[in-house]
Amino acid sequence: MIGLTHYLIVSALIFSIGLVGVLRRRNLLMLFFATEVMLNAVNIAFAAISHYYNDLTGQMFAFFVIAIAASEVAVGLGILIVLYKKHGSLDLDDLANMRG
Amino acid sequence: MYELIAFYLFSALTIGLFLVTVLSKNVLYAMTSLAAGMVLISGFFFILGADFLGVVQLIVYVGAVMALYSFAMMFFDATRDIKEKNTHPALVFVLGGLSALVLVLMFAAPIHSDAITALYPMHAGVGNAQDVGIVLFTKYLIPFEVAAVMLLVAMIAGIILAGKKMDQSLTEDTSADDEIMTPKEEK
Repeated sequence: MIGLTHYLIVSALIFSIGLVGVLRRRNLLMLFFATEVMLNAVNIAFAAISHYYNDLTGQMFAFFVIAIAASEVAVGLGILIVLYKKHGSLDLDDLANMRG
Repeated sequence: MYELIAFYLFSALTIGLFLVTVLSKNVLYAMTSLAAGMVLISGFFFILGADFLGVVQLIVYVGAVMALYSFAMMFFDATRDIKEKNTHPALVFVLGGLSALVLVLMFAAPIHSDAITALYPMHAGVGNAQDVGIVLFTKYLIPFEVAAVMLLVAMIAGIILAGKKMDQSLTEDTSADDEIMTPKEEK
């Protein structure tokens, strides 16, 4: 039988995958993808806890996480397009121009 | 029984697809596997009885967010492989060690799981969408409205940021070409 622990382990695994992505990628678009992976992992944990404790609060928080992720993508992609028009690349090392 | 099969199938597929997302060198492969993984995550929500959350995940993530990514992909060169160089292996080592430490602390933290009681319990004979609607429009009304304002602000910000010089054609107007093709060695 599937318990709460199974879902939490899957959620932790997916979150770790996203964390590895954030740590090792240098491309800004790939960093965005890794952030989406982490947000989805948290949503799985919220829904699982909501189901096993018979409480709707977890699902509410998952809704707000989805809303925040959608607005983050809208603003972030606008900034990425402006950066790409300005620099011609999305690599973090090319964008580090504030070094003295 | 079916729940068991579905859980393990969705877990394996989701983890595999997200690994492709994180490790792939091609942006198109990464985006496609991310979309597929999000569809499978909505499967998790349907297993867990959160029907409305699953539908919202399908509409918002797979429908809106991935469509936004694929539209933004038209501005970038998506066919070329990404070349990345990891210049600081020591930094990656230190950050990975710190993250592992934080994860161990989080899992080892004591939780009084017996003391947790349901704040807004689900009702047996009521559908999930009705339950969610009642709680969302009574207890969470102010966060809901604030989220609506936040989405409006994000929409305006996206239009203003991405819409600069949209009225000029990128292929015919040479001044726009000059501005886009400006090499970064100029700085």
